[in-house]
Amino acid sequence: MPANLKRSTGEAATASLVDVPRVPGAPKPDPIVKGDNITRTFGGLKAVDVQHIEIQRGVITALIGPNGAGKTTLFNLLTGFDVPDTGAWSFNDKSLAKVAAFKVARAGMVRTFQLTKVLAKLTVIENMRLGATGQRGEKIWSAPFKSLWGSQEDEITARADELLERFKLDAKREDFAGSLSGGQRKLLEMARSLMVDPELIMLDEPMAGVNPALKQSLLGHVKSLRDEGRTVLFVEHDMDMVREISDWVIVMAQGQIVAEGTPESVMADPAVIDAYLGAHHDTDLTELDPAELEAQAEAELDAEAAAEEAKE
Amino acid sequence: MDFGNIIDAALSQALGPQAIVFALAAIGLNIHFGYTGLLNFGQSGFMAIAGFGLAVSVVRFDLPFFVGVLIALVTPVLLALVLGVPTLRLRADYLAIVTIASSEILRLILGAVEFKDVFGGSNGLTGFVRPFQDLNPYSGPLDLGIVSWSRSDLWSLTVGWILVALGCLLVWALMRSPWGRILRSIREDEDAVRSLGKNVFSYKLQALILGGVFGGLAGLFHVLKQGSAVPTDFNTTFTFYAYAALLVGGAARVLGPVVGSIIFWFLVAGLGELFDQLTDGSGVNLPTWLMTDTQASLVRFIVLGLGLMLLMIFRPQGIFGDRREIAIDAR
Repeated sequence: MPANLKRSTGEAATASLVDVPRVPGAPKPDPIVKGDNITRTFGGLKAVDVQHIEIQRGVITALIGPNGAGKTTLFNLLTGFDVPDTGAWSFNDKSLAKVAAFKVARAGMVRTFQLTKVLAKLTVIENMRLGATGQRGEKIWSAPFKSLWGSQEDEITARADELLERFKLDAKREDFAGSLSGGQRKLLEMARSLMVDPELIMLDEPMAGVNPALKQSLLGHVKSLRDEGRTVLFVEHDMDMVREISDWVIVMAQGQIVAEGTPESVMADPAVIDAYLGAHHDTDLTELDPAELEAQAEAELDAEAAAEEAKE
Repeated sequence: MDFGNIIDAALSQALGPQAIVFALAAIGLNIHFGYTGLLNFGQSGFMAIAGFGLAVSVVRFDLPFFVGVLIALVTPVLLALVLGVPTLRLRADYLAIVTIASSEILRLILGAVEFKDVFGGSNGLTGFVRPFQDLNPYSGPLDLGIVSWSRSDLWSLTVGWILVALGCLLVWALMRSPWGRILRSIREDEDAVRSLGKNVFSYKLQALILGGVFGGLAGLFHVLKQGSAVPTDFNTTFTFYAYAALLVGGAARVLGPVVGSIIFWFLVAGLGELFDQLTDGSGVNLPTWLMTDTQASLVRFIVLGLGLMLLMIFRPQGIFGDRREIAIDAR
């Protein structure tokens, strides 16, 4: 772990955000990422149009919004996987706009992918070893001579084994990553990105396709990332997860940031409910009486039909 | 039918100089395609540029033989840079198109009448291998009973198989290292490798150069064992035969390309001799409606193609491949 990471807690994270105004593009007391005027168009569509964004250091920030809101595109831009039309942003006060993806990762900003990218035909432990940076054996001139990189490889392996144990993947150590389940792949990808030892870890839909049993442990892992001092930014559709673990929520719609705040304040925001969550986001559907639900749905349909008629 | 002749023909080709040329070229393709997933369809271009690199420097510029050899090994590096720098940031298919086109361009330029003064036209260049043959320590031919080689072939074989062995050793050492791990990861998913802070472009270029140098080594050895550099030797079929050899042996395996080349030439030569004997009008013969003596040398490639198809269906990983690696597919 880098020396500049300070252990943190949920309370500390919440406390650091108390004075931040609940408005889009709100300035933060200690931002790790600062971006201005970031735009990206695909044809005529403005996929991302962010005026100002700041990500607070040492907290878990959720990026939510409807499909097509530009969340993943923003991820791609920030991490160098896509090139913006305009915009500038910095990471730890170092400008990273239009910097190649691999340099972004080396700077300490590592991402995972919506569709997991484990290396299927490499074993789990090899996937992990790949993540380590500054390997001497990655230079072609020293690669043929194991004496030059063997000891470093042992250290890397030891670190990888620790992480595998933490993420409960140690039993799968020698299996090909392609044989893992969807949830295990998400875990492996997260563990592998930790091998880079990032300050900021960006998770693109970490819960997508993960079964409920694994979800709880994934939540724990994400929290533990913050607790060991890393900053987490994640895109997620699972509102339960957002509510449970995020310290701060940024809402995007149609490429723009439309709201920001704590999970409670954002989910109470009428604009957010309207744009994204829907009126029933707070009700647990399973707890309602089916007959009541049906009646509600019918009433809504009737209202919609009436509205349609009124328009014509 | 004379089985002795068939075995003799098959073995002398399978262990002979031609198989060595293929093995070296296929080792290069294994680095490109097998380990890194780069589609180089122009390995013959790397061979041609190295072969002529030696020939032109010695014949036209009167440079010492070993300087020529050095030049022959530098030219594939330059070709790899020219082909790789603009294309390796793009999708994989661009490299395939550019390599196949460039190998044809090279072959046509080398054989062009306009450049006869430099490259010797369609006859190519000769008279530059003297120093190589002078090093020959053998005093006579080798006769092992079923198979025999001339004195000069014997020298070529010695040098060639040593080169192949050293090549395999290098590939083995590289591919077990973290460097090799990055190449195999790039083959699986470039973006994942990028997201972990590795300069994918640089590694792809390194792989293209290294595999290209093996292609160059194959071309160099080809002109040395043959004593001449002829443009038509370096046509695209060569690249595809080398790919066939690689797939037979098993891609992404250190010995795959070597064993594949041996088997490929064993079959090509053995089947050729077999069909020759079955159509030569003496002894047991196939009916002429099935095969005539003029068709015999071509039918072996049909049979070989059929064999390759069956191999791909029933053992897609090749002879040395790891079934588990093929069986799982993430997508």
